[in-house]
Amino acid sequence: MAQADAVPNKVNTATDASPGQSLEQPKENNGPASADKVLEVTDLRKYFPILRGFFRRQVGEVKAVDDVSFHVNRGETLALVGESGCGKTTTGRCVMRAIEPSGGSVLFRKRDGEEFEITTLTKPDLRAVQQHMGMIFQDPFSSLNPRLTVLEIIGEPFVTRKLIRGRRQLEERVAELLRSVRLDPTYMRRYPHAFSGGQRQRIAIARALALDPDFVVADEPVSALDVSVQAQILSLLKELQTELHLTYLFITHNLSVVEYLSDRVSVMYVGQIVELGGTSAIFQRPRHPYTEALLSAVPVVETGRAGHRRERIILEGDVADPSNVPQGCTFHPRCPYVQDVCREEEPQLIDLAGANGSQPHYVRCHFAEELDLQGVRHSLH
Amino acid sequence: MTQAPLLLSVDNLATHFFSQEGILEAVDGVSFDIYAGEGLGIAGESGCGKSVTAQSILRIVPKNGKIVTGEISLIQNGESVDLVQLDDRGQEIRQIRGGEIAMVFQEPMAAFSMVYTIGNQITEVIRLHQECSPSEARERAVEMLRRVGMPQPEQTIDAYPFALSGGMRQRAMIAMALSCHPALLIADEPTTAVDVTIQAQVLELMKDLQRDMGMALIVITHDLAVISELCDRVMIMYLGKDVESAPADVIFRDPKHPYTVGLLRSVPELGEGHSQELDPISGSVPSPYRRPTGCPFHTRCPDFIPDVCDVHMPPQIELGAGHRVRCHLYVQD
Repeated sequence: MAQADAVPNKVNTATDASPGQSLEQPKENNGPASADKVLEVTDLRKYFPILRGFFRRQVGEVKAVDDVSFHVNRGETLALVGESGCGKTTTGRCVMRAIEPSGGSVLFRKRDGEEFEITTLTKPDLRAVQQHMGMIFQDPFSSLNPRLTVLEIIGEPFVTRKLIRGRRQLEERVAELLRSVRLDPTYMRRYPHAFSGGQRQRIAIARALALDPDFVVADEPVSALDVSVQAQILSLLKELQTELHLTYLFITHNLSVVEYLSDRVSVMYVGQIVELGGTSAIFQRPRHPYTEALLSAVPVVETGRAGHRRERIILEGDVADPSNVPQGCTFHPRCPYVQDVCREEEPQLIDLAGANGSQPHYVRCHFAEELDLQGVRHSLH
Repeated sequence: MTQAPLLLSVDNLATHFFSQEGILEAVDGVSFDIYAGEGLGIAGESGCGKSVTAQSILRIVPKNGKIVTGEISLIQNGESVDLVQLDDRGQEIRQIRGGEIAMVFQEPMAAFSMVYTIGNQITEVIRLHQECSPSEARERAVEMLRRVGMPQPEQTIDAYPFALSGGMRQRAMIAMALSCHPALLIADEPTTAVDVTIQAQVLELMKDLQRDMGMALIVITHDLAVISELCDRVMIMYLGKDVESAPADVIFRDPKHPYTVGLLRSVPELGEGHSQELDPISGSVPSPYRRPTGCPFHTRCPDFIPDVCDVHMPPQIELGAGHRVRCHLYVQD
């Protein structure tokens, strides 16, 4: 596969620019700390070529994911948030190597401590490792094959990997999985069309969990569902996490869901991480103007109780075009706090909280420390 | 709300669809009033009939659907017209569509034709409803585009819809809908297809426009927060029934119907933190072909009363000023 050779693997000069690595080094218990990380992503890149004309010449590239680094601790939920086109889905797919990344490294650690460098694995090895990763997609109407029964859909991973041979055994395992997602196992001979959206998403979750994965990438798992059903799926995901000790990479655009479900959050804008840290820390006091704007843009139900109408920040214009990224800080054309330096110099991802010993909080902004940004006002009850 | 004149009055509207699988009662006895300049939010999950209600008002119900009973009176200059009685292809309804009542759709890509420029399509609307020359219409279109915050309206008016971004297309569609200064704008999921920051822009724009132009607004959405931002009154629908309607501040502070309570509790709320308890409504919306007997919500209701809710359709009960609810829990006897 063509990979890595397209883009020379640039050495990142700023040591504090890669949160996954630099963070743990000064600490004394280096061994157990790093073993607790299910995933370490360093300088991940995915550039899509833009081809034009009869000879399909490459006239440019879309920087869908540009030098993204993060790690996911065992048992936690890391949320990737951002607007459409920010590269969150591409990041999720590159991590699974469902698509080939253009550069960077993805280190995956199994429960028993065995490590794999996902980006350089051969096909058969990759397939073996992917057994420990599951994926849940947004639309349960298109992610399930309409011509297979639920038994075939959930049982497929066992069959193709030749893990279970006996029919009875397979049925037992599928029934168990259906029960774990709170579905009636007697439904296993039905086809997907007989189920509602929420039930289909449960089937998709059962399939993702079939091979008992350590790590699950959930790409907008509730966005296509009805409001009352969203809550059911969210609580189910939370329960399954504690029951099965799962680690989630949760991709979403919905900040209320992020707050409800995730321990840490990574805010992306045009292929880059602009802020990364603990969810409650970021939501209470964001350090990047984009995070502040995102939080203030969420409409809230006005109960009139706490009287907490916030000043809304309305961003001008649209998300920057990832094939034509603005110079300097990618956010500067929309930033309400823009200064001259933002138009020319690209800010680095720096750790703000690392110095005073609290949870690391990475921000890509020239004025992260000076700005006093507004977070979510917590209601009083 | 007291002094504003009544603009549209929907009384006991029922729209059914006739198909091979049976009769689908998409809207089944819905009543509401809209006063000039006010905002009404219609909320509910998919299949509750909120979009069909809007289509019934404009008489653009798909072919196999039919308004079975009910009245939709549009009151203009003291004269009342029953829209249900009009020929859905006639001259009169065509004057009202896009003229008195305009609509904004969820997917702006589908609302515009791909082969004409947006200017072309906006001037067409203007010239259909107002007598003016092509150049005058173009001027008005530019003015409208400027009003909705389109950058460089003189240039973008000649752009094709596919050349615009999602947010810009949404603005262009709002400009087209507002180009004839409608008395009522119906917005069907106006912000569902756009990003959060664009959603904030569109909501702000709609709020400004409603205030400046004094038009009434019907917002159809599943997102109660959007309604809270834009509307004075709310109507919650479930399987074709208006289960609860009330002023917005009342319904969000003190919801009465178990479905409304469930809807409000099932959305994680920003600012409530990691530990907030979600209280989802069990089950999912039943198939509209197999509508439950009695109260349509009784199969999922936490306060279900056996032998009452599954047998009798609850009557509509007036709880306070403008607060009506269809639930047996509030029946006094």
